[in-house]
Amino acid sequence: MDFLLKPWPWYVSGPLITLVMVFLVYFGKNFGMSSNLRTLCSIGGAGKYADFFRYDWKAYRWNLIVVLGAVIGGFIAVTFLSDGSAIDLNPQTIADLQQLGFQDAGATILPPEIFDWDAVFTLKGMAILIGAGFLVGFGTRYAGGCTSGHAISGLSNLQWPSLIAVIGFFIGGLIMTHFLLPLIFSA
Amino acid sequence: MKVLRYLFVGIFFGIVLVKSEAVSWYRIIEMFKFQSFHMYGIIGSAVILGVLALWLMKKSGMKNTEGNSIHLVPKDKGFVRYILGGSIFGFGWALAGACPGPMYILLGTGVFSMLIVIAAAVLGTFVYGVLKDKLPH
Repeated sequence: MDFLLKPWPWYVSGPLITLVMVFLVYFGKNFGMSSNLRTLCSIGGAGKYADFFRYDWKAYRWNLIVVLGAVIGGFIAVTFLSDGSAIDLNPQTIADLQQLGFQDAGATILPPEIFDWDAVFTLKGMAILIGAGFLVGFGTRYAGGCTSGHAISGLSNLQWPSLIAVIGFFIGGLIMTHFLLPLIFSA
Repeated sequence: MKVLRYLFVGIFFGIVLVKSEAVSWYRIIEMFKFQSFHMYGIIGSAVILGVLALWLMKKSGMKNTEGNSIHLVPKDKGFVRYILGGSIFGFGWALAGACPGPMYILLGTGVFSMLIVIAAAVLGTFVYGVLKDKLPH
């Protein structure tokens, strides 16, 4: 059982993610997590402001159940299936991040420098979380999908639009990581 | 019990993404710095196996639980929306270190500040919906 508690290698995790997609396709659905953001807008009454949110969101309740499961899964994984091992990052990544003010990179899942309440309740910290969330929410709907819908399902289904979207994910991610993060966090 | 099967798929997905460390901000940064094969291995093996799995499911004439042929709704044709929307998404992905799946999963791991990111993502989706007809697609 020890292997369950250790971090899982990529060649175990990747195929298990395929399995998630296969299950959902077998149930006649699709693997796309970002659709839930649109569903949440519709439930909140966004249909009053745009046609885009006027659709039968009840047909997508199944996906909200997947989200609920994902939250529970996250809880189970950290509570019962973790031995607290640090993330085995490349030492170069740890050194690079230290230069930007991130201490002990990999000791926790997320950097406390961004997600701890001390950091969140500063003007800069709040702007980072809101800005990042907004970009993800806006971008994913503009592109018509996220990592699950485009990178996993779309590429598996050999769709050109998904390949273009994934190239876009990397253009944005590379610019953010190499040019913007140093500006945001060095100050 | 259709509700249960979606709940179980979600739980499974949440566990896999935590145990694979794909929910970690650090892993995403490491990926964009090309300093580890880990994330490429995860996504790459998932896609290669996914291509094979979907091909087999279609080829074998398998029916889904609704009794229909296996089919994924194709995305609309286009270029601008995918490259532009994708890049905007990428900015947020590298900054938050989380895409829409992990956002919820991380909430479950006890990172409640993720609620702010989720709320902002809902707002971003709302603004897209309002501006949709004015944007190039």
